[in-house]
Amino acid sequence: MYFLRRILFLVPLLLAISLLAFGLLRLAPGGPFDRERAPASEEIERQLRARYHLDESIPRQYLRWLGGAVGGDLGLSLKYRNHSVSEIIRDGLPVSLALGLLAFGFAFGFGVPLGFLAAVRRGSWSDWGGSFLALVFICVPGFVVGPVLVLVFGLKLGWFPVGLWGAPLQAVLPMVALGLYFGGRVARLLREGMTQALQSEFIRTARAKGLGEFSILTRHALRLALMPVVSYSGPMLADLLTGSFVVENLFQIPGIGVFMVNSSLSRDYPLVVGLVLLYAVLLLVLNLLVDITYGLLDPRVRLD
Amino acid sequence: MAKNPAAMPDPENAPSHCAGAFLFAAIRPERWRIPGGWFVLLLAAWVSGCRPLPRADLTVLNGADPGSLDPLLVSGIEELRAVLPLFEGLTRPDPATGEARPGLAERWELSPDRLTYTFLLRTNAVWSTGEPIRADDLLYSWRRVLEPTNACQYASLLFPVRGAEDYLLGRTRDFGSVGVKAPAPNRVEVTLANPCPWFLDLCAFQTLAVVPRGAIERFGDQWIMRNPPFSGAYTLDFWRLNDRIRLRRNVRHWDAGNTGCEVVDLLSVSQPATALNLYLSGQADVIWDKPLVPAELLPELERRPDYHTFPMLGSYFVRMNVTRPALADARVRRAFSLAVDRERIVRRLAPACTAATHLVPTGTANHRPGEGARHDPELARRLLAEAGFPGGRGFPRLSYLCDSSGGGGARMHERVAVELQAMWREQLGVEVGIRQMEKQVYLVAQRQLDYDFSRSSWIGDYNDPNTFLDLFTSANGNNRTGWKHSEYDRLLAESQRTTDPGLRSGLLARAETLLLAEEAPVLPLWFEAGFTLFDPAKWTGIHGNLLDVHPLHSIRPRGAPAAAH
Repeated sequence: MYFLRRILFLVPLLLAISLLAFGLLRLAPGGPFDRERAPASEEIERQLRARYHLDESIPRQYLRWLGGAVGGDLGLSLKYRNHSVSEIIRDGLPVSLALGLLAFGFAFGFGVPLGFLAAVRRGSWSDWGGSFLALVFICVPGFVVGPVLVLVFGLKLGWFPVGLWGAPLQAVLPMVALGLYFGGRVARLLREGMTQALQSEFIRTARAKGLGEFSILTRHALRLALMPVVSYSGPMLADLLTGSFVVENLFQIPGIGVFMVNSSLSRDYPLVVGLVLLYAVLLLVLNLLVDITYGLLDPRVRLD
Repeated sequence: MAKNPAAMPDPENAPSHCAGAFLFAAIRPERWRIPGGWFVLLLAAWVSGCRPLPRADLTVLNGADPGSLDPLLVSGIEELRAVLPLFEGLTRPDPATGEARPGLAERWELSPDRLTYTFLLRTNAVWSTGEPIRADDLLYSWRRVLEPTNACQYASLLFPVRGAEDYLLGRTRDFGSVGVKAPAPNRVEVTLANPCPWFLDLCAFQTLAVVPRGAIERFGDQWIMRNPPFSGAYTLDFWRLNDRIRLRRNVRHWDAGNTGCEVVDLLSVSQPATALNLYLSGQADVIWDKPLVPAELLPELERRPDYHTFPMLGSYFVRMNVTRPALADARVRRAFSLAVDRERIVRRLAPACTAATHLVPTGTANHRPGEGARHDPELARRLLAEAGFPGGRGFPRLSYLCDSSGGGGARMHERVAVELQAMWREQLGVEVGIRQMEKQVYLVAQRQLDYDFSRSSWIGDYNDPNTFLDLFTSANGNNRTGWKHSEYDRLLAESQRTTDPGLRSGLLARAETLLLAEEAPVLPLWFEAGFTLFDPAKWTGIHGNLLDVHPLHSIRPRGAPAAAH
């Protein structure tokens, strides 16, 4: 029942989001066909707008778009006029998904041990070092990390390719550039969670029962400490999976992150709406998954 | 009901049935003993799915992703460059000079009155599918450009053809009235409205290339992605947005034996740093556009043997909005132009380019420069005083409009604005603000005359002063200054009618004098320089020319035989 309600709620939410995205961009001045070079006449320009139904009223355009969207047709891109929005998403999304999952894995792969270690050895040098490192990863933005990685590991050492997509080695630098920030967040969240969990009563009980320290830390404390990390994972995954403008641009990766920004700059209305919807769906679905995961991690949480 | 929080949670009893095995496995705490395990598994799965592309014979950094590869729809330089190898017209540009050479037409004749061209198509001109290219295909392609409903942005290129303008503007629905005929399957006859010295250049222009009727009618908007027949030296293997356009040699092209490389990649890169990284690490062989290298590194690159620069038909200038009361007076406009030290701006901001006193770049064919703009602060101050603003006193606060170009521009437009601002303040005592806008907004503001001064640039479409001077006739949509001058219009119109080359260049020189020295609705700054980055020890066939065109078919590895196939 709970899930049914949540899923039914998605429908009006998506409608509202698409309407907002559709309307907001049209408030911005400039259109998709404004170029340095003027069209031969006003009439030609009118024809051009009519061809893509831009001459109709906005509510009418929205209904037209909605009619197509319900049938799965998100329209033709106005910037890439030989491509439909669905095609652009179909081609770019798998790339962004792959890179996002890799970065997600990477973020967890170093964030969890880092936070774990820092919490267990609280107050020691490894705590200070680990926390400092996590903070640095959070604070230094991708457009700094990326070029530094390229400079050191791509150009100076020559270990990894500096860009493009397709071979496994080409994914390494973008994965690190994308994952570092999230890894830092994971480490900090986990350290907080672990520190709190280790002070709770059930840990004392476990200790009193004479359980081994390792088992206490991993089986009992970590499980509770993961809660904040899990709730952060939803938005984090949505962010990672829909691609990153900075990283995809820097490493020339054919994902959808670049379109997220460029489509609104070039006033590509259908593409913007398509991508906003995609992001919304991903975010909503992932949040639902996070709620489910709560129930599994913490027996006190009930979904009904 | 909540369990007792102190109770020991038992991982073995977790409810595995409710959300599927995957989710359960993912959160089973004992698995977190090896958090890297998941990552390794994921990596392995992804790596096994990877099929890297084989490297192309030639990899070119082409610029931002083209919006289209349909000759009808392209207008940007990166689009035109990607279309050039795919579709050919009656003529095609010479790789070295950029001049029109025989393309699909083997030869042509021009009537003594310079009004009728008769083109003879090659007998071996065929589509990439092997079917012959006929005169009808050309007629279809040009008609497609002129069809009003197709709204081709470059359609005005065909205006020199008799009746073309009327057809495009919908004054007639009869294509028979347009001066393009096919008297025989291999013969095209073009009648011009006026003599047009650059007509053969136009025939080489991408918009007027021959396109496949069958595929277009069958697939509509997306025909280019449906494996259509191609008329150029290359065919489209695939086009992946934001990645690359892969071209393959068209083995049926009439000149296929001289095509240099079998497989060519045009990489879509808009970030200058990324482009240079790819080039420097050997993943690309050629960079052929200046916005594709970081401007800060240009002085460094200029010293390298693989850096090549050459003059081209590009002009960077400032438009003034003459409908603003303060700028309605020609003396004020001239004062602003005279106060600018172009040498200084070029030295500081665009060292590879040349300071421009004219709008039409040096070296343009049929061009005799008129009197241009000058640097004379003394005269500038006097003119401003005459106009009623001695020492700039009482002059309204105006602003300079520029676009914050993403990527390649490296804030060039903004830096130019700051230089101009300083010069006008020092020399004229006038304070001009800077108004920076996102590109699409800037274009609208310029078109609607919602500016005082505006950054502008223009790249010549063909090698003749007309491509620059025509912009500022009263009726031209690219005028965008509000400046209308009947004498200027008359000079341009007369220059288009005359058949005497000497008389014509004289008329154009007079027009340029009027535009720059007397009326000054525009203020020229510099002539652009073309630019390529490639290792001359490895590659031949890449040349610099005024039109900045680089036909792919002539590029080959040094030492490779001309006809490698």
